[in-house]
Amino acid sequence: MKERARDQGGPGTLTDDLAIPEVDQAALADEPLAELAARYRLRPSAARPGVFAYARQLWERRHFIVGFATARNVAMYTEARLGQLWQVLTPLLNAAVYYLIFGLILNTSRGVPNFLAFLITGIFVFNFTQRAFITTSRVMPDSLPLIRALPFPRGCLPIGYVLIELEQLVMSMLVLSVIVLATGEPLTWYWLLAIPVLLLQAVFNVGMGLFLARLGAGADDFSQLMPFVVRTWMYSSGVMFSIQTISSLARHPTLTYLLQINPAAVYISLVRNSILQSQRLAWPGSKPYNPAYCALYHTGKKPYLEYSAYCHGTVTMNQLWLWGAGWAVVALVVGFVFFWEAETRYGRG
Amino acid sequence: MGSGPEPTVVVDDLHVVYRVYGAGGDKGTAATALMRVIKRQRRPSVREVHAIRGISFVINHGDAVGIIGRNGSGKSTLLQAIAGLLPPEQGCVYTSGQAALLGVNAALLDDLTGERNVVLGCLAMGMTPQETKDRYQSIVDFSGVGNFIDYPMRTYSTGMAQRLRFSIASAKNHEILMIDEALATGDANFRAKSHERIVQLRGEAGTVFLVAHNLAEIEASCNRVIWLEKGQIMRQGYDVPAIVDAYLEATGGEPRKRDKPAESDHSATA
Repeated sequence: MKERARDQGGPGTLTDDLAIPEVDQAALADEPLAELAARYRLRPSAARPGVFAYARQLWERRHFIVGFATARNVAMYTEARLGQLWQVLTPLLNAAVYYLIFGLILNTSRGVPNFLAFLITGIFVFNFTQRAFITTSRVMPDSLPLIRALPFPRGCLPIGYVLIELEQLVMSMLVLSVIVLATGEPLTWYWLLAIPVLLLQAVFNVGMGLFLARLGAGADDFSQLMPFVVRTWMYSSGVMFSIQTISSLARHPTLTYLLQINPAAVYISLVRNSILQSQRLAWPGSKPYNPAYCALYHTGKKPYLEYSAYCHGTVTMNQLWLWGAGWAVVALVVGFVFFWEAETRYGRG
Repeated sequence: MGSGPEPTVVVDDLHVVYRVYGAGGDKGTAATALMRVIKRQRRPSVREVHAIRGISFVINHGDAVGIIGRNGSGKSTLLQAIAGLLPPEQGCVYTSGQAALLGVNAALLDDLTGERNVVLGCLAMGMTPQETKDRYQSIVDFSGVGNFIDYPMRTYSTGMAQRLRFSIASAKNHEILMIDEALATGDANFRAKSHERIVQLRGEAGTVFLVAHNLAEIEASCNRVIWLEKGQIMRQGYDVPAIVDAYLEATGGEPRKRDKPAESDHSATA
C-alpha cells in the first residue's frame, strides 16, 4: 500500500519520530501547501504517467531509441583492431565452435537433414534472444549515470538494448544466408517468411527485456543468475538437436509438446522452416501419415532422413505461427506494464 | 491568477530516505554471507540514510535559487527529489513541469563522441530530429570544446565534459533547471558565458536552482538562497548576502569582500 502511494507521488508516512525542523514560516503562504500547489495546477514530481500516456511518451522518443542503439553498436568495436569486422566474425566463430562440439564431437546430428545449416540457424536465432536477455537484465544498473542526468521515459533503455541486438542480428542473418546457400539449400520465396518471424521474436524480446530490466534494477543477484538460466533454456530449445525427432523424447508426447511451444523453440523452428527447404520438407506431419515411410525414417539411414514428414507431428506449422504471435503479444503487454509500474523508482540505485 | 508571484515548485514537508548498499560492517566472505542467509538477517551492509528531514518551501516563477550548505547536508538529494529521481518517504514535491537536473556526475555516454552525445542528449530531452539539427551548432559553439567534438567523451578533461553537459542541458528551455556544481571546473570565460545563460533562462520564465560551493557564483546568479544543514533548512530568504555571510560565519570561512554593497540587479524581485 505504501509503495503504491509513493508511486503516485502522493504523501507517504514515516514510522520513526523526528524532531520537527524549524521552518521559516514567514516564507510560506498562509494556506496549506498541497492546496496552494493544486490551485496553481502543480503536479507531484515523482508521479508516474498513465500506462497509455507512457506508451505515447516512448513513441515520442523513438528517434532517441534508434539513435542510442545505433551509436552503441558503432562504439562497441571501436577499441578492437579489426573494428566492425567483429560484427561478422563473432557469429562466424560462434557457429564454428558449436559445429565442432555438437556436429563433430557429440554427433547430435542424428535424424536431421543438412545438420550444419540446421545448427547454425538455431544458434543465430537463439543468440538474438540470449543476448537480449543478458544485456537487458543489466541495463538499469549500467545506465544509472544517464538515468540521473536526463529526464526521459526509462523504457527507452531496455528497448534500445534489444534494438542493438536486432541490428547485430541483421548482420548474423547475412552471414547465415551465405552459409545456408553454401550447404546447398535453394533460395525460395519462403525465405521472406523469416522477416515476420524475426520481427515477432524482436517484439517478444522487447517485452521480456522490459520485464527483466525491472527485475535486474532491484538486485544484482538476478543478473548474476541470468546467464545460467539462458544456457539451460538453450539446451532445452532444440538448438543443437531436433525436438520432434529425438528418440529419447518419443515416449513423452506432453514434454515434446511443451518443449516445442516454448518461445525460443517456436521462433527457431519458424526461421528454419522458412529458409531451410530440407527442414520444411522433413517437418513431421507435413505429409499424410504413412507408417511404412515413417518406419523407414526411424532406421536413421541417410536417404530416408526427410521421411520424418510422413510421421505424426506434435505441432503443425500453423500452430507454430499462432504460438509465435501469442508469445510476442503476451510478453509485450506483461513486460510493458511490469516495467511501467516501477518507472519512478529506477534512479534510486 | 494574474497578479502576484506564481509558484513553480512547492516542497511540502519533504523527507527523503535512501538505501546504501555495500556500506561497511561485513567481512565480505562467502561464509559470512551464507550464515546471514541461514539466520535470515538483513544485509548489514544496507544502511538507510535519512538525507532530507522535513523541508518546506515555495519557489516562484523567475526565481534563481542558490542552495548552500556543507558537504553531506542534503543539497544534491534535495535537487534529485525535486527532479523526481528520488521518491519522497513522506511529504511531496509539486512542480509545474519536468525539472531537468544537471549533476556533477552526470556522465552521458562516455564511449561515444561529443557529437553523438549532443544529438542523443537533445533527442532524450524530447526534441525532434529537426530541432536537434537546428540547435546542434549553437550547442557545440557554446560548449567551446572545438575539435574535440569528434572525440569520445572519455578523452575529455573534467572541465570540457562539464561544459558540454551544461550546453546540452541548457539548450532546451526547461521550466525548471537545476545545476548541481556543474560549473565548478569551467574556466573563467565559460563561467561568464554560463552566468549569462542562467540569467537568460530566468528571463524566459524559468526557475533555476544552483548548488555551488563558490559563494561568489551564488551571489552573482541567484536572487534567493536556501541554507541546508543536516537535511533541514537553517535559513532561507531573498537577502542573499546576509545569509551567505551568516553561513560563512557558522562554517568558519573568510567573510566575503564585496566591491559594491548588496545592491545587485536580482534583489529587485525580492
